Amino acid sequence: MSWADIFLEAVFYVFVLLTVFGGLLAVRTQILMYTVLGAAVAFLGVAGLFMFLGSLFLSMMQILIYLGAICIVLVFGIMVGHTPRQVAEQGIRGQNLLLAVPACFAAIVLLRSAVGRTVWPPVPVAERDFSLYAVGEKLLEQYGLAFELISVLLLISIIGAIVVVTVKEDPR
Amino acid sequence: MLSQDLKTYLVVAALLLIIGVYGVVQRRSFIGMLISAELILAGAGLNFMAFNRFLAPEPAVGQVFTLIIMGIAAAETAIGVSFILAVYRQFRTIDPIQLNELQESIPGQTPGADDDTVMPRGEEPGDQDI
Repeated sequence: MSWADIFLEAVFYVFVLLTVFGGLLAVRTQILMYTVLGAAVAFLGVAGLFMFLGSLFLSMMQILIYLGAICIVLVFGIMVGHTPRQVAEQGIRGQNLLLAVPACFAAIVLLRSAVGRTVWPPVPVAERDFSLYAVGEKLLEQYGLAFELISVLLLISIIGAIVVVTVKEDPR
Repeated sequence: MLSQDLKTYLVVAALLLIIGVYGVVQRRSFIGMLISAELILAGAGLNFMAFNRFLAPEPAVGQVFTLIIMGIAAAETAIGVSFILAVYRQFRTIDPIQLNELQESIPGQTPGADDDTVMPRGEEPGDQDI
């Protein structure tokens, strides 16, 4: 194992830690702005893991869509209803906490044991083409219907968002 | 080499899923729940990419699927934030506890007497800006 491999492994651990601790920060902090920050850190870690999984394209798309679009929209949503003194979320230690923590702990133990016990069958590898060319070809030929559907879904959601926001206020 | 092992990615994706579920259960604000749902979707995408890398005979399929998941996440966020905006314009608050207009309660009774919840109840939303 050369020094380059050890360095790559260390970078991998850094991305795993970014993902997990970003997620924990996102669900445990009381300041809503820090929640978005933690989610952004977790998305960045996932983008790094995508790079380790061999797809630079998806890593860039993750950064572009999640960090560039979704987090900005969420920050915008936070800034709407609150003055900055009220951005903290009250009552984070709710009564659900006693149920949520053991349930999540049991679920992670179960999932971990399931992952550990399953024997994954090795795959007969013909050719492994991770390139952008193969993705584009699949997206436009074999999965063309899904591509069109996701485009229509995005269009409908944008139009729906505009309609919902511009609805008349109910005089009360 | 943990970075060349399928199980590492599966465990990280499971952690993201559980963190997201915990956030959805335990958060008390719409934005927090929305962000937790995004974490769940990110974990699902990571799972697809891991299986795509190590088990799928055709490596492009998982990338296509993960791209579609990202599109759905973006659409969900747009709709969710527009709902938050609409709710704020209607009720002047985005606190989910105060949005109890559909909850069955008689105004003369003491709040919380006829149901299991012991959450503190805000005043009726919208009363103050008549």
